[in-house]
Amino acid sequence: MTETETPVEHAAATRTTLLEAQDLHVDFASRGRRARAVDGVNLAIGEGEIVALVGESGCGKTTLARTLLGLERPSSGTVRYGGAPLSYDSRSLKAYRREVQLVLQDPTGSLNPRHTVYEAVAEGPRIHGLPDEEKVVADALSRAGLRPPERFFLRYPHELSGGQRQRVVIAGALALNPRVLVADEPVASLDASVRGEILALMLKLRADLGLSALVVTHDLGLAWNIADRVAVMYLGRIVESGPVEQVLTAPRHPYTQALMSVLPESPERVILTGEPPDPTRIPGGCRFHARCQVLASGRAEEAGVAARCRTEPLEILPAVPTAQEACHYAALNP
Amino acid sequence: MTTVAWARRKMAFGRFWTTFRRQPAGVVGLGILVVAVVLALIAPLFIDDSVTSVVSDTGKSFGAPGTDSALGNDESGRSILELIWWGSRTSLLIGFLAAALAMVIGTVIGIASGHFRGWIGAALMRVTDWFLVLPSLVTALVLAAILGGSMTTIIVAIGVTAWPSTARLIRAQTLAVEARPYIERSKALGAGHWHVMTKHVLPNVAPLLLASTTLEVASAIVTESTLAFLGVSSNKTSWGTMLRGSYDWNAASNGAWWYIVIPGLCIVAVVMAFTLVGRALEAVLNPRLR
Amino acid sequence: MSLLELDDVSVTYRIASGEVPAVRGVSLKLAAGAALGVAGESGSGKSTLAMSLLRLLPADARVTGKILLDGEDVLTMKWGRLRAVRWAEASIVFQGAQHGLNPVRRIGDQIAEPLLVHGLAKPEGARKRVAELLDQVGLPSWRARSYPHELSGGQRQRVMIAMALACEPRLIIADEPTTALDVMVQAQVLTLIKELVASQDISLIMISHDLSVLADVCGQLAVMYAGRIVENGPSHEVFHDARHPYSKALAAAFPTVGDPVSRMAPKGLGGDPPDPMRLPGGCSFHPRCPVAVEACPTLDVELWSAGAGRTAACVHVKEAS
Repeated sequence: MTETETPVEHAAATRTTLLEAQDLHVDFASRGRRARAVDGVNLAIGEGEIVALVGESGCGKTTLARTLLGLERPSSGTVRYGGAPLSYDSRSLKAYRREVQLVLQDPTGSLNPRHTVYEAVAEGPRIHGLPDEEKVVADALSRAGLRPPERFFLRYPHELSGGQRQRVVIAGALALNPRVLVADEPVASLDASVRGEILALMLKLRADLGLSALVVTHDLGLAWNIADRVAVMYLGRIVESGPVEQVLTAPRHPYTQALMSVLPESPERVILTGEPPDPTRIPGGCRFHARCQVLASGRAEEAGVAARCRTEPLEILPAVPTAQEACHYAALNP
Repeated sequence: MTTVAWARRKMAFGRFWTTFRRQPAGVVGLGILVVAVVLALIAPLFIDDSVTSVVSDTGKSFGAPGTDSALGNDESGRSILELIWWGSRTSLLIGFLAAALAMVIGTVIGIASGHFRGWIGAALMRVTDWFLVLPSLVTALVLAAILGGSMTTIIVAIGVTAWPSTARLIRAQTLAVEARPYIERSKALGAGHWHVMTKHVLPNVAPLLLASTTLEVASAIVTESTLAFLGVSSNKTSWGTMLRGSYDWNAASNGAWWYIVIPGLCIVAVVMAFTLVGRALEAVLNPRLR
Repeated sequence: MSLLELDDVSVTYRIASGEVPAVRGVSLKLAAGAALGVAGESGSGKSTLAMSLLRLLPADARVTGKILLDGEDVLTMKWGRLRAVRWAEASIVFQGAQHGLNPVRRIGDQIAEPLLVHGLAKPEGARKRVAELLDQVGLPSWRARSYPHELSGGQRQRVMIAMALACEPRLIIADEPTTALDVMVQAQVLTLIKELVASQDISLIMISHDLSVLADVCGQLAVMYAGRIVENGPSHEVFHDARHPYSKALAAAFPTVGDPVSRMAPKGLGGDPPDPMRLPGGCSFHPRCPVAVEACPTLDVELWSAGAGRTAACVHVKEAS
């Protein structure tokens, strides 16, 4: 384990930060109440780095991704790209689109059924008025693994398989020559055998183009497959983050431990009880305490931190590449 | 590449035509429409505006069908057949142009109110609702009375009262399209409002629009006839003004049933044909009805 | 004796442009109280197969072969008998619990409906039974008065399971019961299904594209590709030591976290699922197969024995035996 750990940590430490969330908050009005979808997040994505953002539905991971893309405006905090804060006037946003691109979960829905593959991939270059449109489209398609590209130009999405559609979506993003891809569950609606192919494509794009990626997922196996770093999100906050080898082999936050334990073939299951997380009602103290198995089992009590778990909020984790977690109990045994 | 694109478009049309052909009512309606439109277009080759002149006519007043004219004469001895033929040009033209006007206003307001959330969309929707509850016939009457009788006035009067239902329909479809992930993808690619509305929303509402416009033409022809019957006309012979004439000259008490029935039947036939085609188009093009 | 026996079952859809073979000659056996997992991708015919078991397919599907439930052929059953079987002997849990429930009726009434309709209980007895069923699926009995929208996705899937259990069936067919659920909720539902099967001696057929989930719940595993079973055997062995290259690819698609082999090495399968109207000749998997040999495009594959209680339809298995 330690042999694989050192070079990764080293690489992570020397990477320059490309895209960064600083103390980001995003609020929504939800049925008259305020939903704190993202409630204080620091997250940095380095150049050529793949970061997996893991969490259950409703934890705010998609909102965080949309905010990083500039599709959502933060209530407070800043998104920084290349060190400069993102500005939200339409001209700067349009320029930003060429740097950071999006890949959505459902490739069928992400493509306009009335547009051919060529039109779908050329949409970005047309919006930005790029020269040599046909060459850009052909290059993007072949980079995304659709070769020879000309064969796909005039096909419609419904004539392609799910995997091919997702490649078209990725090609559409690549056509703008971005430096970061934000992928929201890129393989969740694809067939099992195609899944690996699309993930391998993302690794290849990183190797060939130095592309960074933020992959939003609920799938820890995906993180293990392609990510350098993983950030686990619960109720609007990142509760644990660090190099994949470290976090996924020796998780320290009880929530990460529970997520790991429900993977098939894990020896012992920790099934969380209590209400599913609701961003309009974030509990006081540690936001996980109501469902925490360490607290419920009395181990926190024994260690003498149970009272702090219930009442004392945790610091927001900083954006550092090393392993860290937001937990009173874990803090006792660093 | 363009030739292949054309071939694909032709193929898509072929598919559409195959499905449309399976709607017998639609095919019948389309047949009637083609005949009516072709006849209206070629009318100037055979007759001219003089058929409407009350001075140059030679026939007998209220002459019965078959005597000196196939479908009888009106009060001034003009041939009903020639009047119907010539009048079809006005009726159809007003129907088409008024429907086109309603469609354009309805589409612009519908897409805009569906695309711009927040106060713009809400304001546009209130305006639409306001027009929707306005009794359109009365409004059209008042408008035509204020603006004076001319072809343009009638078209405008019908057009500006008929658009709200189109706007409602287009707005609903716009909302459905805007919820699709490809709109999010397009925005992430850098698309502005104009791009989203013209490249994604408009092509997706177009089929529905076609079906709705066809129905709109039918209702515009009826409205024109009603307005003409109520005395607001473009001062040109149309089926509606003929009906008005038959009323003014007491055709019923003179036993000239042909003067009333024939324009009436023409209106019914054409309106029915448009409705049949519109319903068939709706069934073929609206995926939600399939 | 087996509770369910499928003998050479084929399902063909007739559409405008011809016939689509969705299931092609599937034979299977399921013992009473056992759990069988059917794995495969979209278009493999796994859901069609599940639907055919209770003749729930649309009218344009033609089913041939024999489907024996307790020795009685479902395909030749009279309509009245089939109705009785659908309620009392076998029931289906569908994917997408959002649409399976009527949004304007309380869930207690929906669970009790089959009991009352079939005269299995009086209203008073039905209420007791509903409380019992809710308890079995881990929901408090006051939930009977809730409407579907008041429940979370996992709770709704539990209600669906309670509905399936209402008439004490001997067989439950679960079609992707945990797709679209969060990992934590998925684990809860899977644990529940496992416990029910073990404690009530119910047989289970579970359909999924996720081999790891099936291996977790079911004792036996059948892998389908292009309408055929390509591998069948004890689930642990099929999952960890697949003989058919397609099952291998499926098993590798979901990596074991912590396994250094799969770190930074996602495994997939080239090519695309075949078009059922233009299936490749010979072994239909050969165009995508990483270990295909010259004989594959013409070879008539069948399920050859691949060890104790195992079969696989691959030429390499045939040669080894």
